[in-house]
Amino acid sequence: MSLILDHVSYLYEAGTAMEYTALRDVCLKISKGEFIGLIGHTGSGKSTLVQHLNGLLKPVSGNVYFNGADIHDSDYNKKELRSKVGLVFQYPEHQLFEADVFSDVCFGPKNLGLDKKETELRAYAALKQVGLEDEYFYQSPFDLSGGQKRRVAIAGVLAMQPEVLVLDEPTAGLDPKGRDEILDRIAKLRDETGMTVILVSHSMEDVARYVDRIIVMNKGQIMFDDKPREVFRHYRELEAVGLAAPQITYIMQALKKKGLDVDTDITSVEEAKEAILKALKRNGGAV
Amino acid sequence: MEEQSEEADSLAIWAGCRVGAGSGPVGNEENMLREITLGQYYQTDSVIHRMDPRVKLVTTVCYIISLFIVDNIAGYVIAGVFLALVIRLSRVPVKYMIRGMKSIVFLLIIAAGFNLFLTPGETIATFWKLKITREGIRLALFMAIRLVFLLMGSSVMTLTTTPNNLTDGMEKLLGPLKHLKVPVHEIAMMMSIALRFIPILLEETDKIMKAQIARGADFESGNLIKKAKSLVPLLVPLFISAFRRANDLAMAMEARCYRGGEHRTKMKPLIYKKRDGIAYGVVLIYLVLCVAVGKILL
Ligand SMILES: Nc1ncnc2c1ncn2[C@@H]1O[C@H](COP(=O)(O)OP(=O)(O)OP(=O)(O)O)[C@@H](O)[C@H]1O
Ligand SMILES: [Mg+2]
Repeated sequence: MSLILDHVSYLYEAGTAMEYTALRDVCLKISKGEFIGLIGHTGSGKSTLVQHLNGLLKPVSGNVYFNGADIHDSDYNKKELRSKVGLVFQYPEHQLFEADVFSDVCFGPKNLGLDKKETELRAYAALKQVGLEDEYFYQSPFDLSGGQKRRVAIAGVLAMQPEVLVLDEPTAGLDPKGRDEILDRIAKLRDETGMTVILVSHSMEDVARYVDRIIVMNKGQIMFDDKPREVFRHYRELEAVGLAAPQITYIMQALKKKGLDVDTDITSVEEAKEAILKALKRNGGAV
Repeated sequence: MEEQSEEADSLAIWAGCRVGAGSGPVGNEENMLREITLGQYYQTDSVIHRMDPRVKLVTTVCYIISLFIVDNIAGYVIAGVFLALVIRLSRVPVKYMIRGMKSIVFLLIIAAGFNLFLTPGETIATFWKLKITREGIRLALFMAIRLVFLLMGSSVMTLTTTPNNLTDGMEKLLGPLKHLKVPVHEIAMMMSIALRFIPILLEETDKIMKAQIARGADFESGNLIKKAKSLVPLLVPLFISAFRRANDLAMAMEARCYRGGEHRTKMKPLIYKKRDGIAYGVVLIYLVLCVAVGKILL
């Protein structure tokens, strides 16, 4: 599995006075099994970018290749592409429409032309994967809480068993607990299935713990594309574009400034603990 | 620019659109702008844009009437010059206006075609059984010009006036009807809300459609019944969101003690300025000219 964006540019309302360049010459290669965080300030083009990954938007210039085939070739099977690259939109709960949760999740696999049994098996598995309890399966999706609706909507895409799962701000509008639950679920799912996951967010804090590659967008362009620790090194540049490195990065930088010789390239609190203990030990155990 | 988009923004805030949607930093300039422009309004700064909406409404009505008064070349030249001047003053790119015309090309051809071939009179040329007459050419030409001017004239108004301004103007103009117990304010309010929601609903439709396509939905292929069925996943969320929006809006209006038009004052009341007086004068001169040209040449 490989997904390549080759010099992709995109304009909204092309040819009018309101023309707006949402993507500018974006090049990207996504390989199997990667866990990617796509980060950028509001309006930086994240949602626009992910809609190119499954052919919902067609680049004004440049090409998108999935497994080596140009997805905008006239004979390319877009429907199949969309079953392989599952895209969960921002606020996906707004797309629920069926009378009960279970049928809504069945919508995706049913559209793939699977038989009833397979469809229901997949829907069941997907609902289990997002951690929704059985008692809700036959309720109206509109009676659920925001976080539960969100899970149902994610399950609706998971049920198509995509190879790549793209989540556009899956935690927007959730409380910290709901946010952690969903992100933990996604991380677990990814460990179990080896699925490629792209997590869109505007919070470094959210994704730093999980992903192993961060793509930073700014004004429709890719600003950084690297391992989290490498990206966080540029925390000043990140601040300049309205983002920030995780809090812990700042703490480590401050410690270093105060004279404690710690490794500042860390991304999580656990790593920070290790690094501080190590530095202290090196200092002769003077705690 | 601030002046014009302000009311539109406040409506959006009422409706809870975007503003406070809950995902971190919100309130993005481009988004706002796009929504307004989708409602056709072309944002720029010009005399015409700043003009009182009442003047523009009255002028548009007068212009349309004038197009039906004149029926000779000279009259159309005057109407054309007037229109060209206004477009020039409005600073809306001509390209932008012409694009709006594309949608009526088909209508135009049919209408002109009928006139061209079906008008009795002195025959000039014949194709099979179709005769082209001198009168036919004249009628077809006038008809086409009239249609184009009519559409351009009214689109100058919508291009240079925000929907909110337009309904404000209408409310004020129709004000006297209040004495006849016509709920003018309510009608104007409803109109401005409806206009304001068109772009929002369009955007919403686009989003839901994409989300369902991402889940393998197919809105294009199949026979009529299948197509109609495929609309369910689009329409249900759309209606739900429309009701939610309406509900939010009602709630927000209630929370701000909205009670209809009674005793309600405006933050920016419409007040005629000098340029509005001048504009009325120009329109009057134009109308007199049109009538005069018709009389003299008759
Ligand atoms: N349908 C549209 N028509 C016109 N312009 C659009 C449209 N959708 C987005 N844009 C513009 O393109 C730019 C990028 O939008 P996009 O939705 O990709 O941003 P984003 O990074 O996902 O932001 P957010 O964090 O708010 O979701 C924005 O400036 C936006 O105003
Ligand atoms: Mg987005």
